[in-house]
Amino acid sequence: MQEAATTPRPQIASCPHLAAKESAPDIMLWVVGALAPAAVWAVWNMGSTAGTVFIVSIVSCLGTEALWNYLAKRPQTLMDWSALVTAILLAMTLPPRTPWWMVLAGGVVAIGLGKMLFGGLGWNLFNPALVGRAMITISWAGVLAVQKVPGGWFQGIDVAETGGLDAINGATRLAIAAADRAAEGGYGFDLGAQFEPLLFRNLEGCIGEVSAALLILGGLVLILKGIIDWRIPAGYIGTVAVLSGLCGSQGFLDEAIFNVLAGGVLLGAFFMATDYVTSPMTKTGRLVFACGCGLINCVGRFYGPMPESTTFAILFMNGLVPLIDRSLRPRTYGWVSKRE
Amino acid sequence: MPKPASLTNEGIPLSKAGFRGGVHPPSFKEATRASQTVTAPLPERLFIPMSQHLGAPCAASVSVGDRVERGQVIGDVDAMVSAPIHSPVAGEVAAIGTQLTPGGQRVPTVEIVPDEEQDFESFVPVPEADDPRDIVRAAGIVGLGGAAFPSHVKLRPPHDMPIDTVILNGCECESFLTCDDRLMRERPERVVAGARHIKDIVGASRVVIGIEDNKPEAYQSVSARAGGDVEVLSLPTAYPQGAEKQLIWTVLGKEVPRGKLPAATGALVHNVATAVAIADAIEHRRPLMERIVTVTGSVERPANYLALFGTPVELLIETSGGLSANVGRVIAGGPMTGAALADLSVPVVKGTSGVVALESGQTAPAVSDDQPCIRCARCADACPISLEPFAIGVYANRGDWDGSEVYRALDCIECGCCSYVCPTRRPLVQLIRRAKHALMQRGSRP
Repeated sequence: MQEAATTPRPQIASCPHLAAKESAPDIMLWVVGALAPAAVWAVWNMGSTAGTVFIVSIVSCLGTEALWNYLAKRPQTLMDWSALVTAILLAMTLPPRTPWWMVLAGGVVAIGLGKMLFGGLGWNLFNPALVGRAMITISWAGVLAVQKVPGGWFQGIDVAETGGLDAINGATRLAIAAADRAAEGGYGFDLGAQFEPLLFRNLEGCIGEVSAALLILGGLVLILKGIIDWRIPAGYIGTVAVLSGLCGSQGFLDEAIFNVLAGGVLLGAFFMATDYVTSPMTKTGRLVFACGCGLINCVGRFYGPMPESTTFAILFMNGLVPLIDRSLRPRTYGWVSKRE
Repeated sequence: MPKPASLTNEGIPLSKAGFRGGVHPPSFKEATRASQTVTAPLPERLFIPMSQHLGAPCAASVSVGDRVERGQVIGDVDAMVSAPIHSPVAGEVAAIGTQLTPGGQRVPTVEIVPDEEQDFESFVPVPEADDPRDIVRAAGIVGLGGAAFPSHVKLRPPHDMPIDTVILNGCECESFLTCDDRLMRERPERVVAGARHIKDIVGASRVVIGIEDNKPEAYQSVSARAGGDVEVLSLPTAYPQGAEKQLIWTVLGKEVPRGKLPAATGALVHNVATAVAIADAIEHRRPLMERIVTVTGSVERPANYLALFGTPVELLIETSGGLSANVGRVIAGGPMTGAALADLSVPVVKGTSGVVALESGQTAPAVSDDQPCIRCARCADACPISLEPFAIGVYANRGDWDGSEVYRALDCIECGCCSYVCPTRRPLVQLIRRAKHALMQRGSRP
C-alpha cells in the first residue's frame, strides 16, 4: 500500500494506549507552587536570613540526592522535583535564624537518611523533611528553642506586647502558652488578639508560620486540583481544633482557632501529612491517619515537654502507615457477604 | 442480592447513579459523531479468518476454487462456544492460508475474490429453526462490542439464574468510537426490535437501554421508539461505563458476585449492535456479514464505514485519505482496550469496532518499569473493582503470585484505568495481566 512507504512502522504496545496528562513531576511542581506564596511572603518579611535558609536547604537536598545517585551509579532523579519539595518544606519548618551549617546537615539527613537510604522516591517510610527537622530538633534543641526575635529592618512582635515575659524573650506564642500552662496560670496574652497576626504576618516561630492564610490558600489549591485528599487536612485540623477546644482553658472556640493557626499544624496538615509516599492509600486509612496526627499533636502540646509536636506526631503516624494500609483495605466489587 | 443499602439505586433517578471509580479520558468523538455511516469500498480480495470470536475456531467448509454466495457458511465447528462464519460476498475462494488477525493471532483464513457485480440486497438466508437461539447461532452472531463472545451462549443462561432485566449496552465509553452512536441514531427501531427479541428469548420482564449522556441524539432517537417494556436510561459518561459489571451496577445497583456469571444478578447484557444483528437474524434470517467500523484519529477524513468482514484495515485507512505522517500507533478497537496493529493488512473481523490512528505524541509512553510508585493511590481511586493495583503491581513485578492473589489480581477486569492515571506511568494493568495469567496457569480461579 502507498501509505506504508510514507509513514513509519506503527508502534506496538500494550493497551491502554492513552495516559492521563498529569505526571509525577507535574504534581511536585504544583506542590512547590502551592507553597510558594507562603515562602515568598516569609522571605519578604523576614529578609535575607530566611532566604539563606531556603537556599542552603535547596542546595543541600538536591546536592545530596545528586551525589547519592552518582555514587550509587543510579539514574539522576532530580527532575522528578521531589527533592525540591523536601527542601522547601524543610526550610519552612526551621526558624529564620537557623545557622547555615545546621540547615545543611538537616538537608543531608533528610534526603540521605530519610529518603535515599530507603531506596529513593516512593520507598521511604518517613517524611524526609521531617526526618531532617527531627534530627536538628534533637541535636541542637537549645539553639532552636532560644530564638531571638531578630531586630533590624523588620518588625518582630515586641516583648512588651506579649506581657513582659522577659524570661523567654522572643519565644513563640506556643512556647509562651506552654510555659503559662505549666505555671498553672492563665495565658499572658489574649488568644483572640493573636488570630490576625497568625493569619497574615507572624514573625515568631518558623519560616513556614508567617502566614496561616497563605498556607490555607495553597492547601485549598492542592485539594481543588485533586492533588491532595481533603480527608488528611480536614481530619488533622478538625482533631486539633476539637481537642484543643476541650483541653484548653480559654474557651472552646478561642483555643480551637489559636491552636490550629499557631505552630506547625497547618503546614503539617496540608503539606507534610499529605505526602503521598508516607500517608495511607485508602480513603478511610487517610482519615484514621489524619486524626492520629491531630491527636498526638494535641497531646504533645498540652501535656508534653515541648511546646510543639507536629514533627513527631506526623513521623509517628508515618510509622503506622503500613499497618493502616493493611488493616483498612477497600471492599472489592463482587466480594459480597454470603447471606440468604 | 446482598449488598450495602447505600449502593442501591432505589429512590434516586437512575441516571444519577454511577459505578465506582473510573476515568474520563478526552472523548475525541467529535471527529466522527456527525459522520453518517457510508459503505466501505469492495476490496479486491477479502481475508476471512476462521476465528473471529471467543471459543472454538471454525474449520473452513469450502475449498480453493469453490464458488461462494453472499451469506453462505464458509466455516463452522461442532462446538457449543463458537459461531459460524459466512461469506459477505459472492465470489470465488482464491486461497486458504493463514493471516494475522487484529488480535495478533495467526489463524487459518479463507481468501475470497469477490465478483465484480454484487447484489448486496440478497443473501443466503440462515435456516429456519424453532428455537430463536439456533437462528442466532446459525447467523454467526457474537458480541459486537469488541469481546466477540458467541451470543447464543449468552442467551442460554443457567436454569437456576432467571433473567428479569435485559440491559442493552449503548454506552460506547471508549474514546474515539462512534459506531454504536451512529447505529442508534440511524437504526433506532432495529435496536428496540432487537431488545424485544432478546427479552422474549430469555423471558425477561423488562429491557433497559443504557446510553451515556454524551450521546443525546442517540438517546432521543432510541427513546422515541422505546416505551412499554423498553426503557432508555441516560447514564453518566465515564470509562468503563460499558463494562458488563459496571453497567449492571449503574443500572440495577447490583454487584455480580465474584466468580459467578452476570446472570446471577438477573441481568443479561448485550451490545446494541448485537441486538440489531439478532433482530435481523430472527426477522430476516440474515447472517452477520458486516459491521460499522469507526476509522478516526490521525487520518485525513475520519468516517464511519459499513465494512464487510475480511476488508483489510489498510483499505479503510486509504479510503479515509491515509495516515498522517506523525502516526505513532494504529489501534483496532478503542484506545483503552484495543490492540495496537503491527501490520495494517489485517482484516476487519466481527469484533472490530474501530480503527484509531494515534499521533505519536498522543499515545501513552511505551511501557517501562523505570519509574517508582509514589503511592499517590490514583490507581486505587480509579479502579472500578476497588482493587489496589499498585500493590498487585509490586508483587507481580517480583513474580510473587501469592501476593498478587492476596490482592485479588484475579478480580481485575483489565479496563486499564490504573495504567491510564498513573503519574509515573507504571505498567499496572500489564503487570496485573501477567499475574492473572500465571495464577490461571497454576489453577487459581476467581
